[in-house]
Amino acid sequence: MIAPFRIQLFLLLAAALCPVQAAELRIGMASDVTSVDPHHQNITANNNIGWHVFDALVNVDENTRLVPGLALSWRAVDPTTWEFRLRKGVKFHDGSDFTADDAVFSLERAARVPNGQFASFVQRIVGREVVDAHTLRLKTATPYAMVPPDLNSVFIVSRRAAANAATEDFNSGRAMVGTGPFRFVRFARGDRVELARNDAYWNKEARPAWDRVTFRIMPNDPARLAALLSGDLDLIEQIPTADLARIRAHGGLRIEQKVSWRTIFFHLDQGRAQPPTIADKAGKPLAANPFRDPRVRLALSKAINRQAIVERVMDGAALPAGNLVSPPVFGHDPDLKAERFDPEGAKKLLAEAGYPAGFAFTLAAPNNRYVNDEQIAQAVAQMLARAGISARIETMPVNVYLSKARGGAFAFAMLGWGSFSGDLALRALVATADAQKGFGAWNWSRYSNPRVDALLERAFSSVDEKKREALAREAMGVAMKDLAVIPLHHQVALWAMRKGLAYTARTDEYTFAHHVRGR
Amino acid sequence: MLAYLIRRLMQSVVVLLFMSLLVFAGVYAIGNPIDILVNPQADQAEIERATRALGLDLPLAQQYWIFLRQAVLGDLGRSFAFNVPAIQLILERMPATLELAGAAMAIAIVFGIPLGLWAGLKRESIAGKTIMTGSILGFSLPTFWVGLMLIMVFSVYLGWLPSGGRGPTREVFGIAVSFLSWEGLAHLALPAANLALFKLSLIIRLTRAGTREALVQDYVKFARAKGLSDARVVFVHVLKNILIPIVTVIGLEFGSVIAFAIVTESVFAWPGMGKLLVESINALDRPVIVAYLCVIVMFFVLINLAVDVLYSALDPRVRLGEARAG
Repeated sequence: MIAPFRIQLFLLLAAALCPVQAAELRIGMASDVTSVDPHHQNITANNNIGWHVFDALVNVDENTRLVPGLALSWRAVDPTTWEFRLRKGVKFHDGSDFTADDAVFSLERAARVPNGQFASFVQRIVGREVVDAHTLRLKTATPYAMVPPDLNSVFIVSRRAAANAATEDFNSGRAMVGTGPFRFVRFARGDRVELARNDAYWNKEARPAWDRVTFRIMPNDPARLAALLSGDLDLIEQIPTADLARIRAHGGLRIEQKVSWRTIFFHLDQGRAQPPTIADKAGKPLAANPFRDPRVRLALSKAINRQAIVERVMDGAALPAGNLVSPPVFGHDPDLKAERFDPEGAKKLLAEAGYPAGFAFTLAAPNNRYVNDEQIAQAVAQMLARAGISARIETMPVNVYLSKARGGAFAFAMLGWGSFSGDLALRALVATADAQKGFGAWNWSRYSNPRVDALLERAFSSVDEKKREALAREAMGVAMKDLAVIPLHHQVALWAMRKGLAYTARTDEYTFAHHVRGR
Repeated sequence: MLAYLIRRLMQSVVVLLFMSLLVFAGVYAIGNPIDILVNPQADQAEIERATRALGLDLPLAQQYWIFLRQAVLGDLGRSFAFNVPAIQLILERMPATLELAGAAMAIAIVFGIPLGLWAGLKRESIAGKTIMTGSILGFSLPTFWVGLMLIMVFSVYLGWLPSGGRGPTREVFGIAVSFLSWEGLAHLALPAANLALFKLSLIIRLTRAGTREALVQDYVKFARAKGLSDARVVFVHVLKNILIPIVTVIGLEFGSVIAFAIVTESVFAWPGMGKLLVESINALDRPVIVAYLCVIVMFFVLINLAVDVLYSALDPRVRLGEARAG
């Protein structure tokens, strides 16, 4: 018995070691990397590369919860001062030591890159004090609880390598010196990004299993899937839901999935007296805006069969939603359930509100932004028709859609939102629009409830996490009960890979090569 | 000749002006680039800051004027999305597209002319009919579908060729090319074949029609009557004469191959200019769209010029100075 066991052990070891020798991982990315400058554009593809080469002071785990990054711990020493204790012994890829000075430099750079999109994460920090090489104090003008989550968005670069570096210097690799799990090798715009393992990565558990990683940029869905099927790629992100069944049935492939942070919902204009496109079925304007009546909003929500959309349109890759943020996310309230499908109840409510014959409006949606967005719009319109409401569908490419929606062209419009905290999502989507405070930048519903605004303000100024989450949940509850928006579903993020791989699927939809393992 | 060249250049400047005006108005009509560019988490202040940084807060006429002033100095603007000069983005991707278009045209010519000749000479044979049927298919099947089918058959089922992307590149005179290695050629084969298909069909039909026409002409009959060999009649008397329209079309089509490589580039993830244009339109990245179209217009102008020059070389009756280009 002993000898076979040894052989088994040997084989096991051999099997475990062999893939390591030829450890190359090829990943298909679904969107284009516009630059690898970590402080330039705040888009998923760029950040995805950023997370391989750099770290932030505060990282997030696969459930979008904050975990220590280059900072070991942080606390508010007083309501306007945050102290970050930084990790010791961390080295940049060029061998130099990471210190608080690099963090200060990175915060400054994020604020001043031309066309940069990260300034909003550092603009509330008015003072930066280096207490010692591994202690950093940040001051805000008023109590501000969001400093740690904001700093999750600011990658830490090396002052030595990136001083005076422009976006071009990052793209060429000269300034691409970080502390992350991979060293930067090459960026070929529109084609690929190549990385190599950082053997000295500080997080020993997250040290990558791959010597080399290639991210191929393949926005075309069928092409990306074909590359996986033909063995040119090992793993791809964002699978069209229509192909799910086929991939599941395929012997050589497997799927990893997790609920995404992206929630799909409808804004419905309850602010203006006469929003565009709303009329009775003969086309005559209505006496009042029906969306201002909470019974009408509830009727619309009840008329939508979310389970059917999830099963038929999304092929199971979604969860019916009653929240603006998905289950793992900070501020999600599990007690807020998705509205039950109840067409009879919807009709009754409409009659009560004075619309027994229903009314008509245009349902607007993008057709190239969210998973199956156009089909969802069609399904919802049909469901509303059964409740007596006639919704004309108007779909368009997102580059046209967003400008129109922001300009107030729609009364009922689809939007998708990914946020790693409920209060942030509420701030942008349902808080009363106020440019001074940065509230309601995307509040197409023109919903306004002083109670929600007050709860949010309290949340942003409470530096105690638990208290903040309770406030965020309370605000979510008020806004959802009011039907400030009609939530539809939370998307499920999908990855397909060859049989021998496993991936720790993430709610924030990032594809991390260091979280891909052989199995 | 010189006056002719100068006149052509003046015309192209007018075309460029008009085109850039159209693009400015077009992008403006589609939507505001800032809505796409800005991160959703951004608040109103951030959106305003970004709008100002890109100069999008100015009236359109003023934006256009600023563009013109800089364009005269050779600066076509910085890409909104990539934050690098737009022209640099395009030049960087141009070799890939030229390589693809060149390979496609080579395939179309190398296969198209002999096949067309054959189909013209042996009109009633099975081979001739097969060639013509095939060319109808090549005309009518949509490029993206053929591309996906090529991938399905040659990459997924047979596993002979890679499914997309460009092979390793090597610098030749400062230009990155990929066709010098086997791996590069393997990557090039499918997209080039995909892009060539339409042009191949076109050249087959053109050559066939020309051949049929030439065969019944007196000079061919006379050549035959003189007792010249079939080969000499076909390759010297027929081919040389029908080459003139074919060269014209090949020249003009080369421009369109470059301009319309977009579909093939997206399907095969080929990092060329066409893919860049699609992405830039989606992102409303106006500087890149304008710069791209300027480059394409220049291409068409230069190619047309080259065709005219070549035309006069092939057909001594043509004098460039007299040709009224228009």
